[in-house]
Amino acid sequence: MAERTYLQAISDALREEMRRDQRVFVLGEDVGVYGGAFKVTLGFQEEFGPWRVIDTPLSETAIVGGATGAALMGMRPVAEMQFADFISCAWDHLVTVAAKQHFRGGTPVPIVVRLPSGGGFSGGPFHSQNPESSFAHIPGLKVVCPSTPEDAKGLLASSIEDPNPVLYFEHKHLYRRIKAEVADERFTIPFGKARVHRDGDDVLVVTWGAMVHTATEAAEQLATDGVEVEILDLRTLIPWDKERVLAEVERCSKVLVLHEDTRTGGFGAEIAATIAEESFEHLDAPVKRIAAPDTPVPFSPPLEKAFIPQVEDVAAGLRELAEY
Amino acid sequence: MSTGTQTEVVMPQMGVSVSEGTITKWLKQVGESIAQDEPLLEISTDKVDTEVPSPAEGVVTQILAQEGETVEVGTVIAMIGPAGSQPAEPAAAEPVPAEPATPEPEAVPEAAAPAAASPPQPEAPAASAPAPSAAGNGKTFVSPVVARIASEHGIDPSSVPGTGTGGRVTKKDILAFIESGPPAATPTAAPQPEPVPEPVAATPPAAAPEPKAPPAPAPPEPQPVAAAPAPPPTAPAAPPPSRPTPQPAPAPAAALQGEALEPMSAMRRGIAEHMRRSLDTSAHVTSAIEVDMSRVVALRKKLKPEYERAHGVNVTYLAFIARAAVETLEDYPWINGEIRGDQIVTRNFINLGFAVELTDGKGLIVPVLRNAETLNLLGIAKGVVDIAQRARDKKLLPDEVQGGTFTITNPGGYGTFHGTPVISQPQAAILGTYAVVKRPWVVQDEMGQDVIAVRPIMNLTLTYDHRLVDGALAGRFLRDIRHRLETWDESSY
Repeated sequence: MAERTYLQAISDALREEMRRDQRVFVLGEDVGVYGGAFKVTLGFQEEFGPWRVIDTPLSETAIVGGATGAALMGMRPVAEMQFADFISCAWDHLVTVAAKQHFRGGTPVPIVVRLPSGGGFSGGPFHSQNPESSFAHIPGLKVVCPSTPEDAKGLLASSIEDPNPVLYFEHKHLYRRIKAEVADERFTIPFGKARVHRDGDDVLVVTWGAMVHTATEAAEQLATDGVEVEILDLRTLIPWDKERVLAEVERCSKVLVLHEDTRTGGFGAEIAATIAEESFEHLDAPVKRIAAPDTPVPFSPPLEKAFIPQVEDVAAGLRELAEY
Repeated sequence: MSTGTQTEVVMPQMGVSVSEGTITKWLKQVGESIAQDEPLLEISTDKVDTEVPSPAEGVVTQILAQEGETVEVGTVIAMIGPAGSQPAEPAAAEPVPAEPATPEPEAVPEAAAPAAASPPQPEAPAASAPAPSAAGNGKTFVSPVVARIASEHGIDPSSVPGTGTGGRVTKKDILAFIESGPPAATPTAAPQPEPVPEPVAATPPAAAPEPKAPPAPAPPEPQPVAAAPAPPPTAPAAPPPSRPTPQPAPAPAAALQGEALEPMSAMRRGIAEHMRRSLDTSAHVTSAIEVDMSRVVALRKKLKPEYERAHGVNVTYLAFIARAAVETLEDYPWINGEIRGDQIVTRNFINLGFAVELTDGKGLIVPVLRNAETLNLLGIAKGVVDIAQRARDKKLLPDEVQGGTFTITNPGGYGTFHGTPVISQPQAAILGTYAVVKRPWVVQDEMGQDVIAVRPIMNLTLTYDHRLVDGALAGRFLRDIRHRLETWDESSY
């Protein structure tokens, strides 16, 4: 065990998979000589050489298209987007080709696209988005959103092992802020298994990514008032752990669905609708959602603070539910 | 809650355990205009009397419950329409004014029990339907999970005290209700008061009744089934009824020649229930002691102008006695205590209840001065004046009539010199104070000779629950309080 940052845990997992499986290689903008925009692949080119750590042209289309082709030829590419926002350039390759290839031709496309996502540092509208729900809507893609170093490591290993295209959303704001003990040896974390981040039985929060930590701070505030909040970290959105969510709804009966992505059509809508549909008779309050408003992410620090759900916002929402 | 442009006025929830209220007076009539938050009517519940403000601005278009009627919390009692609205005339064809909460026009206007409950036959399919009255009585929203649990357990959600928004019954409320066991069966011919043991400490005489079985089962104990009365001899195969199986209803009251009938107010019913239950619960014993009030009289004479000038407070004998009682109670935790189940509760605080007669002489209320142990004579004097005044003005908050740990009642204002008050459940004792009367009193002069002097004498009584407090303990308590009053040290106020 060693204390690792969220970023180091990602780096560790990637290095480990490359050491144990010759098919695994990384490609992306500045991932080689420069070590990646956020230094996840720092030192990788020295260890694995330029043919397994490939600096690509500034073309997300080429990166995802090339990765898809390599996967069809039996490789296990891990593509890095400098920012998750840029994935829109590769939409066609990802959605039209990679997601559907197995259904059309029977050949798996085992690619991983690493997507540094999320705001909180005034990155503005092109460098702060959380576009997970767009891809969660596409059958054939898997969507992973770790919130802790341990999950980051175990889920990246699982993503690389998985035979499907996997979008691995790594939250930039957690990179160096979140540290924890992580096992030195290799381990995997199965997809579709939510994790209880905090125990409680008064109100349930269903969330993922950076909001797990926001919710935790809010929950501590409520604990001083005697309200025990349970935080369920979904960890993966596709597949998402519906059984566990519904079981916790049955226990707590009051639910807050929380995400950093914008509200309308956010993945929280899917969760809220499923709870209403399948767990209606266990509800003691309306299913509440807290999410960003439906605008691009603002640059200005105070505006960004108003945009991304803050601890106070979540605490207020939780209080409302607790008192309902 | 507005339907179209009409706004419904509902009987408000005045405290967690209050389930119904009586309309004492409509301050506006149909057709009169009203501003938002302007007082619309006065209500009386078993906890407090208060004014109900209008939820909207406009015109009173309908009054659905008449003065003197008792309706459940949440029942629609009036409608407010926008300015210029015409009064509705909904019930013109009916012989009785339309009143959704009291459907049957009976000889006795107050017999407002739901029709399904009054015949003594237990087999009634409608009675086991889920949440019939909650759906119909306009009470606050029943959530899906509460509806499901209520249906599974055959409980009427409207009989569960709610702690959620607007008194809504939460999942926790109904689970706690189930866990604490079914309420004791009570005759249902009279509108049933709140049928749940309220775990939150004390209820003063005028407060919400808690229909525990006579031996006072402890609310937190998960075995109250044993303490509940045996079920009535109904068919064993009958499904669990949705409310306690009705016992044969008492014969409806009818006025004989020369008699008059008037409906019992919610407060009067609350008092009646509480007094009966208190006598059924505690082993009441009263001890009395005579106190020479010379020092207190002298001190009051000195302090009265001073307090009035500096603080605008009239310092009464009651304040002195309360202060002395608080100091003495600190040495007698059981007298400030309570029997809860088979446990004895003692406290490190004293919440002093004061029985206050309402101005109409038709009820009393027991506002509570919290943490009286932190108050000096001035603080107590101020507190007593404040809560008594607000009790008479009907401005008390529901929480200000709950949680008392010891009560003082002062019937001496009319000259009575002795009494045997009834303990405010679940407290252990009540102190009675009586008239200060000049009496010939044997004292010793400076030569040590017995002489007869004229002294202001007051009787104090302590009525105590002999289950917890023995006569010797009560005697020592009275001795100590007398000692404090007779030797009152000016520096100790």
